[in-house]
Amino acid sequence: MRKTKWMRQLRDEWRRNPAFLVSFVFISLVVLAGTFAPALSPYPPGGLNEQRVLERPSQDHWLGTDELGRDLLTRILYGARVSLAVGLGTAFIALVIGTLYGLVSGYAGGAMDNLLMRVVDIFYGLPDLLIFVLLSLILGRNIGGVLIALGLITWVRFARIARGQVLQAKELIYVEGARAVGASHARILLRHILPNIFAPVLVTLTFSIPAAILTESTLSFIGLGINDPYSEWGTSWGTLAQDGWRAMRSYPHIILFPGLAIFLTILAFNFLGNGLRDILDPKGR
Amino acid sequence: MLRFLLRRTLYGLVVLWVVATLTFVLLRVLPGGPFDSERRLPPEVMVNIESKYHLNEPLPKQYSRYLTALLKADLGPSFKFIDRDVKDIIADTFPVSALLGVLALSFALAVSLPLGLLAATFRNRWIDRACVFLATLGISLPNFVLGALLIWIFSLKLGWLQAARWGQPSSAVLPMITLGAMPCAQLTYLLRSSLLETLNEDFIRTARAKGLREPVVLFKHAVRNSLIPVLTLLGPLFAIVVAGSFVVEFVFAIPGMGRFFITAVTDRDYPLIMGVTVVYTAILVCANLMVDILYSVVDPRMRAH
Repeated sequence: MRKTKWMRQLRDEWRRNPAFLVSFVFISLVVLAGTFAPALSPYPPGGLNEQRVLERPSQDHWLGTDELGRDLLTRILYGARVSLAVGLGTAFIALVIGTLYGLVSGYAGGAMDNLLMRVVDIFYGLPDLLIFVLLSLILGRNIGGVLIALGLITWVRFARIARGQVLQAKELIYVEGARAVGASHARILLRHILPNIFAPVLVTLTFSIPAAILTESTLSFIGLGINDPYSEWGTSWGTLAQDGWRAMRSYPHIILFPGLAIFLTILAFNFLGNGLRDILDPKGR
Repeated sequence: MLRFLLRRTLYGLVVLWVVATLTFVLLRVLPGGPFDSERRLPPEVMVNIESKYHLNEPLPKQYSRYLTALLKADLGPSFKFIDRDVKDIIADTFPVSALLGVLALSFALAVSLPLGLLAATFRNRWIDRACVFLATLGISLPNFVLGALLIWIFSLKLGWLQAARWGQPSSAVLPMITLGAMPCAQLTYLLRSSLLETLNEDFIRTARAKGLREPVVLFKHAVRNSLIPVLTLLGPLFAIVVAGSFVVEFVFAIPGMGRFFITAVTDRDYPLIMGVTVVYTAILVCANLMVDILYSVVDPRMRAH
């Protein structure tokens, strides 16, 4: 019964907001591109070719080549891995830390809640970008370091959302009932309250993925993000765009395609978030 | 009211102290110092340099020296730009960044107000959909991609506007649009939803019922009340503009604080990094405080909170 209702909502959503499903398909394609990059492209990501540098798009190289003769399409396919890893990884770290923090804070209430939320306030007041740059100097300009740094900045959003929801859920009758029959705090939190705050947290999660991708690619573009231009696993789209930036006057395609990849991916995640919010919280329309 | 402001000020000072301490600690535990260059310096020279910049003292002493200097607004000498104090560099570059930020925010307001208004009045019609779509595009377009696109079209292809050489009006247009696009999109979203909410209020129905013309209802009753939530967004918007200015200054070769910060990070110029970080934090804290004050002036309900 619940499942059919869900399906019907999805169908209505498609009629109302086709961008939502198009975005979903696009993101799936990006995921497939990143996962199967080696199978999709005949070229290795670091395949230098002195004979064919700075070529415009052609039959051999659909999106052209960069200043070292590397196939641009291949580099973009591999680069999807970096963006996805950063986006999903950051969102996951922030989700776990932030939601747990918010759950505990909201559930505890009183002085404890007050203290924990002051900490969140201070984190909110910090200049994100500067703190991120400083952290990544220490953690290293690699995916792991960037992930942790971004996660440490993003978690406060989840903490605030989760806490606000817990404060509401705490007053629900069946939560009171669970307390009355002597359920443990952990059980009440995980079994009764957590499922209740699922919807807004999911929406926050969807929006924090493009935010992380945006920050990472921007920082990689100005040379303060992931510094891995010769990686065999994948180079950040921001770094690719920086390569293109230096050659933009004569070879605009080298910045155009990575830029487009970043833009479309972020756009798709934002549309997905909008759609999810409409489905889960119809009031906001 | 006074208690509220005092508490907010105190909280702002705590944020500043946290950032100042964090930068200090983070930069000291970093591997590699500012004077590790390709060519190793003779040990005697290293000792001299380290004592000149007090790098040989124990950390707590360095920390207290740094904090007391900070209280006197002394940010120390730059490691990289010899003979220049960090304060001087910031004094030179800050007005540039501030002008850019003000231009971008003005642009954002000027564009988003009519867009948000249009979207709300024509709710769920194609104009509304187009405005919301535009705003989603604006939120998803990274600064550097937009900047590169604008340079390519208006500077390289059409030759209408300058892409660099900060200092004349024609070179400020593209950076202003690039930096303003993101705040503009967010403001449009917020204005739309805030207006939609206000238009459902009873006093709007009353205004219509007593026969006021629609423009009067809209501008005199609805818009003014919908602007209140916009104030809350001003703080975060400020942060977005500050963060964006790094990229925009990099892309358009603008001699502002952000560009110096980027070079300072690559050069490991500790005092300059710390100086810029502290100054930016101070600006954000002041901006948030101003928003709080404005808010309590505009909306008396906030004062009790």
